[in-house]
Amino acid sequence: MAQGSTKVERQTGGAGGPDFKASMATRYGLDRAFTVLVTVASLVGIAVLAVLLVDVIRDGSTMLSLEFLASFPSQIFPENGGIYPALIGSVWLLGLTALISVPLGLGAAVYLEEYAEDKRINRIIEINISNLAGVPSVIYGLLGLGIFVQLLAPVTGGGSVLTGALTLSLLILPVIIVATREALRAIPGAIREGGYALGATKWEVIWSHLLPMALPGALTGIILALSRAIGEAAPILVVGVSLYQTYATAGPFDGYMALPTQIYDWISRPQQIFQDSAAAGIVVAMAVLLLANSFAIWLRNRYQQRS
Amino acid sequence: METEKTGRERKVSEVSRDQRDARKKGDGAAPGDGLTLGMKIQDLSAFYGSFKAVTDVSIDIQANKVTALIGPSGCGKSTFIRCLNRMHEVIPGARAEGHVMLGEQDIYAKTSDPVVIRRRVGMVFQKPNPFSKSIYENVAWGARINGYRGDMDELVERSLKHAALWEEVKDRLKESGHGLSGGQQQRLCIARTLAVEPEVILMDEPASALDPVSTQKIEDTMDQLKQDYTVVIVTHNMQQAARISDYTGFFYIENMGDPGQLWEFDETEKMFSNPERKETEDYVTGRFG
Repeated sequence: MAQGSTKVERQTGGAGGPDFKASMATRYGLDRAFTVLVTVASLVGIAVLAVLLVDVIRDGSTMLSLEFLASFPSQIFPENGGIYPALIGSVWLLGLTALISVPLGLGAAVYLEEYAEDKRINRIIEINISNLAGVPSVIYGLLGLGIFVQLLAPVTGGGSVLTGALTLSLLILPVIIVATREALRAIPGAIREGGYALGATKWEVIWSHLLPMALPGALTGIILALSRAIGEAAPILVVGVSLYQTYATAGPFDGYMALPTQIYDWISRPQQIFQDSAAAGIVVAMAVLLLANSFAIWLRNRYQQRS
Repeated sequence: METEKTGRERKVSEVSRDQRDARKKGDGAAPGDGLTLGMKIQDLSAFYGSFKAVTDVSIDIQANKVTALIGPSGCGKSTFIRCLNRMHEVIPGARAEGHVMLGEQDIYAKTSDPVVIRRRVGMVFQKPNPFSKSIYENVAWGARINGYRGDMDELVERSLKHAALWEEVKDRLKESGHGLSGGQQQRLCIARTLAVEPEVILMDEPASALDPVSTQKIEDTMDQLKQDYTVVIVTHNMQQAARISDYTGFFYIENMGDPGQLWEFDETEKMFSNPERKETEDYVTGRFG
């Protein structure tokens, strides 16, 4: 009997018994409206990126060539100029920044999440780290200028690529720490207990279980953070990036050029040839970014499969 | 580290009664030399911060027997069992007072290292918690960090066989432990506990999250285990306690907010047929809880 009546209700479009009076048309209408809304939201980002890409590729296509990648920039013969020292400088920056910030960030996150007891000083550190993520990047540049360029000049060699990387590391450390902590926090306590119950020390549990499990999440943060670092112009301008130099960076204590500052330099010149060079530079910068991100994503997927 | 060395020499599964008796008699064995040990618990109380969760439990856990701990929810059974391998103190603010003798050693003595104790007194948890590693690594990891020098492949096989899981996983040892069913995962956790060759195995409601078939398999495993180990199991399932245990302890809270206490402890048969105290009888006959 009851079954029969629900069947009838369903056929007439109503749901449930006499007390349930929702209109299915309205509910499905909302359902569809929401689907459209979220699709549009995601398309906006993709569309903007696509327009940007098409635009710079079109503008830069006249300059873009293997020769452009392998040549030094030139003011006298700009059509023969290239981006080589800036590209090499940015790769150095990216590599050194990753080498410095990733171990420090992972270490700090492990301390805060696994070792720190809930003391006042630790809570102050926590709040500070979250706030640091929001500090304008030029401020980090000024900090780097004070500490790495001046105070630690004997160690860093003043305005070297190492100084640039150290400054960028400061900038992105909070992001890496926060992402890694979130990833560590998501690991069930049962994993830790399972480890301890076998007679493992804290470090053994962290090294064998927690870090591998947190790595995919941490890598997401690291990807985002390094992408930001490689695109920053303001902080490295303050700590002594070269706008022109006659050699490519070959070691951590050398001077360096960088893609964002090179692009900035070109774009501020009125001649069309420099505008085109800037567009080509943007394409190169995006390619470097994509390459680095693909590597990190490949690494992340490898770890996700293993776990 | 005498115990560790001899513990390593011991075979998990193949020690028969005779062999053990022979060893008991001869070869100048040191205490805790791979013979199964019981535990003597004296005046054990457990705290969470200032809250006393369990008070003054004194109990003798017999070697090579299964001791079941039963009682209504929230009466401190799980807290108590976690005190037996110093896992209770892993929770921030938690501590225990009293003495727990493992053979001749008080595990709460200042000189006792919790990391060593936890290898000697293994634990299987309520929810299966395999590591995010392969089946093989799940079993091998604990043995490796504890410095196992023998044939690892053989140890893994032996441990999995003893946990009645070998036949089901022998062709996919390299696959993730998370791909197993809940019951298989729990047996994997038992296997990894066996692989570090403990003397006592604590089980905190090991079958409560499992279906009846898996539960049956775990219970069968337990029957095997007591030949080589001392087993303590917390369970909500009274039939299970009656089926598998030799001794039963009943935990009870008299008034709300009081700490849990060991209300009655005896041989399982007596506890289920003719307990001394009324609350025990009410509980085992299903009148409350």
